[in-house]
Amino acid sequence: MAMDWMVFCKDTLTGDVMPGCLGSGRDITYLNWLFSAWGWTVSVSLTALVVALVVGSLIGVIRTLPSSPWLARLGNAWVELFRNIPLLVQIFLWYFVLPALVPPMKNFPPFILVVLALGLFTSARIAEQVRAGILALPKGQRYAGMALGFTTPQYYRYVLLPMAYRIIIPPLTSESMNIFKNSAVAFAVSIPELTQYALQVGEETARPIEVYLAVTVLYAISALVINRIFAWIEKRARVPGFVSSGTGAGGH
Amino acid sequence: MLNLDFSLLNWGLIQNFILKGLWFSIFLTAVATAGGIFFGTLLALMRLSGRKWLDAPAALYVNVMRSVPLVMVILWFFLLVPLMIGRPIGAEYSAVVTFVAFEAAYFSEIMRAGIQSIPRGQVFAGQAVGMTYAQNMKLVILPQAFRNMLPVLLTQTIILFQDTSLVYAIGAYDLLKGFETAGKNYGRPIETYLMATVTYFVISYSLSSVVKAINKKIAIIR
Repeated sequence: MAMDWMVFCKDTLTGDVMPGCLGSGRDITYLNWLFSAWGWTVSVSLTALVVALVVGSLIGVIRTLPSSPWLARLGNAWVELFRNIPLLVQIFLWYFVLPALVPPMKNFPPFILVVLALGLFTSARIAEQVRAGILALPKGQRYAGMALGFTTPQYYRYVLLPMAYRIIIPPLTSESMNIFKNSAVAFAVSIPELTQYALQVGEETARPIEVYLAVTVLYAISALVINRIFAWIEKRARVPGFVSSGTGAGGH
Repeated sequence: MLNLDFSLLNWGLIQNFILKGLWFSIFLTAVATAGGIFFGTLLALMRLSGRKWLDAPAALYVNVMRSVPLVMVILWFFLLVPLMIGRPIGAEYSAVVTFVAFEAAYFSEIMRAGIQSIPRGQVFAGQAVGMTYAQNMKLVILPQAFRNMLPVLLTQTIILFQDTSLVYAIGAYDLLKGFETAGKNYGRPIETYLMATVTYFVISYSLSSVVKAINKKIAIIR
């Protein structure tokens, strides 16, 4: 089975091989399109990661607050809700169901809907990790913060969270790599990201193997880059003499 | 505000559209769990064998599978399996092969952690009473590894059940597809998506409650 890599140099409309492999202006090659699809994957994933980190930290924190059982219950319900529904079904909920039930959402661009779906799905997992990180700290840390006269937000901000985040960097790393992989599900609502590209261009060019290979390699590169970034953060943030622990296997 | 009408939910709808999909999702989960644990255990044994020619290919396989999105793996297998066996296969058959191959990589990491959690003394004890490698694994190490890893294996099975919805990419008829087809036929897609949500939630939540109960039981035994 001979590979034909020139397929990426072809113009998307005429099918002619373009000199230099890249088109200009409105004439684009499949290579241009591939980079644009990669851009969509990266922007969906990174925006969703920000949503997931913010919401996940919030939910994770309220599940550990002392003497607020209702907030903790709300946090637990949030995690159970988003963890027990498949991501693809959640994407359909955000894309088809919610705009039908809440009319103002009809004006939301698909990008926002997919980012919310992916971000909130991941927030439940990050909430679990943040909670585990806070609970892994000795109780004395919390009491020490209280004894110094810190308010609850203050001792979370200055005492608990800085150490909790350091502890959970390894699971956060794999969750961030997961978000890139999970963003592939956005193909189902026609976001022009890498998987959608693989499906569409694979069919259009009748060269699916080359196209799938390129897409697969780009996913692997994305995951590797995220992994290296987190390894760098972990190294920079390391506190001398403090050994952080990883968590168990499993998950996607 | 849209008027929701759930009156279409009756036995006829369930029988005509949902059951077929539900059975396939359950079948796929069961086969992928059984096959995934079997091949995953083999991969884990290869990685722990201490022989480079066994360890390296297993590690490569596991790492490649784990760095590619499941949707892409589903598309790859749907493309490659017919090329390899020389005839077209159905989406459902392709999905089964894909999930066994994909989950084997994830289960192998769980089994590897499980085998490594067994104290070295157990291995030596098996060797000391004259057991071969196979006997030692079968009678001493693996039973304990399975027991230690049971909660993680079950959690992975719940994730696997949710992931079966991704066969949407190749158009296999699973639980989600069943609801979607019903929604199209009755012109009520919003209602059927909501029903699909509730169905997946109820199944996954019940399974995870079972896992929690098992966790508690194991915690008491120790």
